[in-house]
Amino acid sequence: MTDQGATMVATRPEEGAARRATSRRAAARPPRLGWGQRLEVLLFVAPALVLMSIFIVWPVVSAVRMSLYRWKGFGPMDDFVGWQNYSLVLGDDVFTGAVGHNFTIVVASIAVQLPIGLGLALLLNRNIRFRGVLRTVVFVPYVVAEVIAGVIWFQLLQPGYGLVDTLVGAVGLTPPEQGFLGSPDITLWTVFVVLTWKYVGLAVLLFLAGLQNIPQELYESAQIDGASWWQTQWQIAVPLLGPTIRTWAFLSMIGSIQLFDIVWVLTGGGPANATTTMATYLINQGTSRGNYGIAGAASVVLFVIALVMAVLYQALVLRRDSQEAR
Amino acid sequence: MTTGTGTQRFGGGGPLVYGLAAIVAALTLGPVVYGALGGFRSNEQLARDPAGLPDPWVVTNYENVFSNSGFWTYALNSTAIAMITTVVTVLCGVMAAYPLARYRFRFREPLFMVFVLGLLFPLAVAIIPLFILITRNLQLGNTWWGVALPQAAFALPMTVVILRPFLMALPKELEEAALIDGASRVSVFWRIVLPLSVPGMITVGVLAFVASWNSYLLPLLLLRDEMRTLPLGVADYSTEFSADTAGVLAFTTIAMIPALILFLALQGRIVNGLQGAVKG
Repeated sequence: MTDQGATMVATRPEEGAARRATSRRAAARPPRLGWGQRLEVLLFVAPALVLMSIFIVWPVVSAVRMSLYRWKGFGPMDDFVGWQNYSLVLGDDVFTGAVGHNFTIVVASIAVQLPIGLGLALLLNRNIRFRGVLRTVVFVPYVVAEVIAGVIWFQLLQPGYGLVDTLVGAVGLTPPEQGFLGSPDITLWTVFVVLTWKYVGLAVLLFLAGLQNIPQELYESAQIDGASWWQTQWQIAVPLLGPTIRTWAFLSMIGSIQLFDIVWVLTGGGPANATTTMATYLINQGTSRGNYGIAGAASVVLFVIALVMAVLYQALVLRRDSQEAR
Repeated sequence: MTTGTGTQRFGGGGPLVYGLAAIVAALTLGPVVYGALGGFRSNEQLARDPAGLPDPWVVTNYENVFSNSGFWTYALNSTAIAMITTVVTVLCGVMAAYPLARYRFRFREPLFMVFVLGLLFPLAVAIIPLFILITRNLQLGNTWWGVALPQAAFALPMTVVILRPFLMALPKELEEAALIDGASRVSVFWRIVLPLSVPGMITVGVLAFVASWNSYLLPLLLLRDEMRTLPLGVADYSTEFSADTAGVLAFTTIAMIPALILFLALQGRIVNGLQGAVKG
């Protein structure tokens, strides 16, 4: 039954009808378009491609070029240094530490936010009272700007008189002396808690959308067979949510690698670089210090890491989904 | 759809479920409510009793925000930039998604892959050359368009990825009938596809608007003085008047309200719009 369901969910709407199934076979060798139609395709796609070329592709190419020069942001870019910026970046403990922080967040996000998000989505998919209100409530942090979340949490986490310290004290624990944002050992985890608060809503949003694709009949027939709520969730909902979960994990990984706003507002990368990320490192090098070449090299390294991660994830994990769809 | 009669007794809630739901609601809303209530307190109240309710309720913090001319300038900038971003993103996005959903040609999948690859480019990677391009080459530094156009470009990959399956799922019959009647593809797009796509466009439009309204890094580098947006205002205010916690909380609370209202009002449509995109 699970297999049948998986096929149903993975089937694209366009492939539903029998007539389209025939045209799908022909899709292996799509027809050549006439010149008129080629022009139409071009016309439709051009605005998007032009915008993306100017504002994404060109700057990324320039970042690669910039990374090969020693350049302070003014005058001609003519002091070619080859790989020197890369060896400076990769030899900088602050940067390698930042890579470690990013990866810690990647792993922790999936390990912690996935079970919480899945649990909440299953809970909010039940027919409980106030379900609509609760769904709304869970999305609230996701809609709040990272900067605003950062500012509020900064106030909550003020050492000594912030609400968090007060609450921690009220249950008989001693808050860290320098505060949750001032103690190098725990600050990264504090930032992670704030990130979890902020982003679990996205997971719930996607999972709920995925759950609505699961045909009600599957639950009903399982129920008739005597399955409990837990059994139906584990054996129907969670497996059928597989593609959604893998899509979410992909977005979450990409987001964790690019982490900037919240860290910048909460800690600025401190204390003692304990929360520096690749993005805060390169912004700091580029804007405050004017080391454009180093910033360029750091951004290329960041991009290569994101790309390798995405390609590996695509090859090892997401491929299953596209194969199932065939 | 999920409210079949079977679920009524099957997936309801016991005390445990409601207890859990209450905890989740408290943890989720706590910080936001703290911010909003904090704005109604004086700094002295905040220091004396961080966990208490306002006593008495103080409205001067909110009044100060509304009578602050900087606030209205920032709000205007945020609104204008978010609207330009949204219109450009949605229009370019739906135009690009249309041939990717409806035309069948050899380079369709590779072309779609270009947009998927676009998801992988973090803004941070491109930010410094982008800053140079916008301020020096395009002379758009410190302008609405200088922020809105790159934001639209970075929002486009996700927009196309969400809209394509949505357009694929639309019934083809109307378009085919119009084509047989001799309408051109372009007029079919404007007269039939665009109106049918409104629900999908609302989904991506709200996502683009909220992302733009909330964005920080690009405005931080590009906008100065009276061109700044609300998130920059909040960040500046909180560093500049760090002693005035209640004032910071009032400013922060007001800045988050428009995106919150927009998103929550259209939340149901967003979930529906995302269903197509997460099908795999």
